[in-house]
Amino acid sequence: MAMDREEIFSKVQEVLVDALGVDDDEVTGEATLMGDLGAESIDFLDIVFRLEKAFGIKVPREELFPAESVMNNAEFVSGGKLTPKGLAELKKNMPHTDMTKFEANPDINKLGDLFTVDSIVNFVDMKINKA
Amino acid sequence: MRWIWIDKFVEFESGKRAVSIKNVTLAEEHLHDHFPGFPVMPECLMIEAMAQTAGILVGQARNFQEKVILAKINKCVFFHYVRPGDTLRLEANIESITAEAASTSGTIRCGDKTIAEISLMFSHIDQNLAGKEFPQENFVFTDTFQSLVQGIEITESN
Repeated sequence: MAMDREEIFSKVQEVLVDALGVDDDEVTGEATLMGDLGAESIDFLDIVFRLEKAFGIKVPREELFPAESVMNNAEFVSGGKLTPKGLAELKKNMPHTDMTKFEANPDINKLGDLFTVDSIVNFVDMKINKA
Repeated sequence: MRWIWIDKFVEFESGKRAVSIKNVTLAEEHLHDHFPGFPVMPECLMIEAMAQTAGILVGQARNFQEKVILAKINKCVFFHYVRPGDTLRLEANIESITAEAASTSGTIRCGDKTIAEISLMFSHIDQNLAGKEFPQENFVFTDTFQSLVQGIEITESN
């Protein structure tokens, strides 16, 4: 089932409005899930469940939000920042995410900013159009 | 579960849906204050009744091995008051369930009236990715709750 980006975006927007109780005009492409839309950890699972239903896809949680497993690995984090190895691992696991800004200062406190609405749209796009 | 707020299960389809009954009585003391002269069941206690119904359904799906904790109220809408003497019929359905969590949808009815629609999310807290550890004993599904599931007929959904 091919869908164009606009269709995907509007469905993702609907999912986030329902899951997070935000207004649809808050759900812009650049909006970050945690910072701008107030998502907490349980909300990520809620979003995963809703994406699966909305698009009829399977979404392993570590695929969409792999940062947690990277953060819990001592080899990948040092002094509150991702090590080059950690960064490489994260990039490999999150091809749907734009990391140009994060790479300059891979502070783990800034990891949350990687989860934007666009990254979800990219992820779904990859799943349904490039599978 | 440290207290029980539903009376019995009348249907139980493993991993799929469950229906429970809650009888509301004026012997419940809080109804005397909520409100004097006009006793109505507090909405939060309807959520509790649904959380117990859905929570046990989710727990049974994993043989009560997980600690199932209410994590989020996705939706709750109330349409009518519930008065002493009413018999509530709570139906919970599992929408999604994974190793880490489950989401449920549910309806509370009294006779043919829809009283409320409540969707919930539960976390299997031992499976949280932050790696936080909890006491080993299952403090959710304790002895208190055994009486509620004893003797109910559980049908397999597949």
